Amino acid sequence: MNKKNKVRNFHQAKWDEPVIFELSNKGERGILFPEIEREIEEIVGDGISKLPENMIRKQQPNLPELSQMQVLKHYLRLSQQTLGADLNVDIGQGTCTMKYSPKINEQFANSPKITELHPSQDERTVQGILEIIYNLDLFLREISGLDKFTFQPGGGSQAIFAMASIIHAFHESNGDSEKRDEIISTMFSHPSDAAAPTVKGYKIINIYPNEDGLPDIEALKKAVSNRTAGLLITNPEDTGIFNPKIREFTQIVHDAGGICGYDQANANGILGITRAKEADFDLCFFNLHKTFSSPHGCGGPATGALGVTKELIKFLPVPLVEYDNEKFYFNYDVPKSIGKVRAFYGVVPAILKAYSWIMSLGSEGLKEVSQIAVLNNNYLLKKVLEIRGASAPYARGRHRIEQVRYSWDKLYQDTGVTTEDITCRMVDFGFHMWSSHHPFIVPQPFTLEPTESYSKAELDEYIAGLKKVVEEAYDNPEIVKNAPHRSVIHKLKTDTLDDPERWAITWRAYLKKNKK
Amino acid sequence: MNKKEKIVHPYIPNSVPEIKAKMLEEIGVKDIETLYEDIPESLRFKKEMNLPEPFPSEYALKRHIEQILSKNQTCQENLSFLGGDCWQHYVPAICDEINQRSEFLTAYAGEPYEDHGRFQTLFEYASMMGELLDMDVVNVPTYDWGQAASTSIRMAGRITGRTEILISETISPDRLSIIKNYCRPTIEINLVQYDSKTGKLDLEDLKEKISSKTAGVYFENPSYLGCIEDQGKVISEIAHSHRTLSLVGTDPISLGVLIPPSNYGADIVCGDIQALGMHMQFGGGLAGFIATRDEEKFVMEYPSRLFGITSTTVKGEHGFGDVTYDRTSFHDRIESKEFIGTTTALWGITAGVYLALAGPQGMQELGQIIMQKSQYAMKRLFDINGIKIPFEQSSHFKEFVVDFNNTNKSVKEINKSLLENSIFGGKDISGEFPELQNCAVYCITEIHTKEDIDCLILTLEEILS
Repeated sequence: MNKKNKVRNFHQAKWDEPVIFELSNKGERGILFPEIEREIEEIVGDGISKLPENMIRKQQPNLPELSQMQVLKHYLRLSQQTLGADLNVDIGQGTCTMKYSPKINEQFANSPKITELHPSQDERTVQGILEIIYNLDLFLREISGLDKFTFQPGGGSQAIFAMASIIHAFHESNGDSEKRDEIISTMFSHPSDAAAPTVKGYKIINIYPNEDGLPDIEALKKAVSNRTAGLLITNPEDTGIFNPKIREFTQIVHDAGGICGYDQANANGILGITRAKEADFDLCFFNLHKTFSSPHGCGGPATGALGVTKELIKFLPVPLVEYDNEKFYFNYDVPKSIGKVRAFYGVVPAILKAYSWIMSLGSEGLKEVSQIAVLNNNYLLKKVLEIRGASAPYARGRHRIEQVRYSWDKLYQDTGVTTEDITCRMVDFGFHMWSSHHPFIVPQPFTLEPTESYSKAELDEYIAGLKKVVEEAYDNPEIVKNAPHRSVIHKLKTDTLDDPERWAITWRAYLKKNKK
Repeated sequence: MNKKEKIVHPYIPNSVPEIKAKMLEEIGVKDIETLYEDIPESLRFKKEMNLPEPFPSEYALKRHIEQILSKNQTCQENLSFLGGDCWQHYVPAICDEINQRSEFLTAYAGEPYEDHGRFQTLFEYASMMGELLDMDVVNVPTYDWGQAASTSIRMAGRITGRTEILISETISPDRLSIIKNYCRPTIEINLVQYDSKTGKLDLEDLKEKISSKTAGVYFENPSYLGCIEDQGKVISEIAHSHRTLSLVGTDPISLGVLIPPSNYGADIVCGDIQALGMHMQFGGGLAGFIATRDEEKFVMEYPSRLFGITSTTVKGEHGFGDVTYDRTSFHDRIESKEFIGTTTALWGITAGVYLALAGPQGMQELGQIIMQKSQYAMKRLFDINGIKIPFEQSSHFKEFVVDFNNTNKSVKEINKSLLENSIFGGKDISGEFPELQNCAVYCITEIHTKEDIDCLILTLEEILS
């Protein structure tokens, strides 16, 4: 690495690895299972002939056949062709809070004391994990100011769906659910804040941002009515601008008879600074795989920890984990429970990792996390704005919380190079750069969120990468437009992916459609 | 160390005072507080969060966590016969090796270039599931079976334009609870009875209840009560004759020996992949799959990510990307099919590793071993005085109901006594199925040796004598 300009002479692993079916050799075995004991076989026979004839599989599934080391090697090569947060300066996936997931927490979660627990074991045999679940609930109550948490939702979107379900159950219990059929959200909130309540039958009213980038309070006033069931809103939104009128928002919705859910999936800039309670929210959720360090796992397993005020505890999914001063236990006696949203108690390893992360940092440490995340973000903002062609729409001259939605519009106007082109070229230097949730209200968007995990030197390296690509965009745009050049593969032909005649979601479909 | 001196926590590099100062200077503010200028005083949390004293040293943290975890007693330290939506199967070492790789563990939502491996492994996972299920489309996994079944039902509702679903009563009550919440208030759920002798679907009741408003008939095979449903073809025919879809939930680990639901007419198949290489993790290892035929009317109704194979600008190079991304809520928050977000991708990758290791021969042998062992256990249990096997005349895969009504002891008492002998008895379903009072579902897999099963039998005989 050239320390002076800080851009790496990078090339990603490129194994030219075939699809696993192409590696198959008839007869090879990757694992052997226990053999059946002779005594059992003598008593029950082959086991299969007890099946009704029409239920016996005659043709073995056409799975690939590989020896063990060959399976390992295939997957290790594919792992090398994946760029996790442990390897890159992963600040280019704004809204995702790509922070360090401590390895010690992986060790805890991989202990047989966790992995070999069955969810239906007697409560007396699982007091350790129940203690952790219960105490994490207490911690999150303190962080949010709300009164009870469930960890059942398996991700932020499922937590949003659970919030919509509780809102529905709340109005149903007042005999109001048919009349109150509208949920209000904002365009810079996560798409699921609109999409999940739609599944619950709600009509969605989306509030657009005003010129300051904040959801327009006047539009909210017009949106509420006796049809309002509730508000689902992120804050700070994707722009990283904190909505200072957030309590007026909840007030307006409360006055109209609705209840308010706070999307705190990403709360990384505000731990110990501001809470759902002070903003008068009735519900909120935190993504344990974002703010609370559980790893993202290529897209889960994950947890959307959902908290509510006292008044709404009776609607939470069952069971709740309680403590009677002697033992921890499951409480299924939740009178108006929405039922279940996910099986059992949630993604337990993520709960353990979040617990451990908080126990490593404590109250002061959590606040430090947020303050440094905000420091890093504003440092990055300063540096990005120095780059030719980049801008940060809205709130000019103001500071941001934990992330910023930027724009390459000027660069695009100048050079014809798009956000997508830059994304592809950043890959050549070992970086991600994500654009934005849809729709692209900010033209040529990109969203950066540096969290607390990255050093100043790493932030500088990322900036150097952006600068390098921008220089190229002005001087030699073709190199950017035809990127990537040093990644695993070259530019995709995507037209097949939207064509029913040609798309192939499995290898067998690919073989059929390509007559192989 | 001076206790008042602020530590630089190992997770927060820019906590170093000199670096912090330099960055503040660069930004042009005097302190971090200034950066929070947009958060009004009235919204500020003024107190300290009341959290326990932390363990900043990794060793102290390890002592703390291990001390709590030591209170757990596991299925490794005891002999467990628990099943019912989460199962103890053997997890090959390579499954753990791969899902603990930093690259897979800490990647998220990168592009098809730098995250090529993520796309390829999930495409391969779907492809291998497709072989097992004999279907051409499989999604990137969702949260669990409950979600997979719920989405299958909503897909059927959209495809048929109808608003009622018939569900076999033998479904897991927890799963039914998930489905009910997911469908309320849009889809009406009605239950179809089962035959109390065989545990199979009551076809007469189905015929009576199915109508032109029925979007789908959903049943599970093997069912939560463990019975294998051999009337799948008839059920699908009844459904299809009403232009209703046939939806089947299945345990994929059974499909080395059982024919896949697509072969008896299922239009949408779903289930859980936990058995394929995931540890139980107190229920944290679950992940749901959905599979269909490769027809546009099905594909366009998935809310999930679907990864497809394509080519690149370089001849002969495979690439992967999202198929019909515009369906998803990532593209359109209002018109999308349901919603998508972070689900269980890492478990999908792991299940792919499992299927690649097992191969066709392995899946068949495994299925056969499980059937032999569970049949042996059933036979031995049946021979114990007072114990009955309610659906004995049906065939089973790995789970079956055991009836303790004639033993003068409740399942609760029996399980308590078993626990004293380091055995976790079968899951008590007395509260779940009123007609199966004092019954338990026992689960036998390849991990149980003859000795384990004999130990259960001997202990039960002692408890019941």
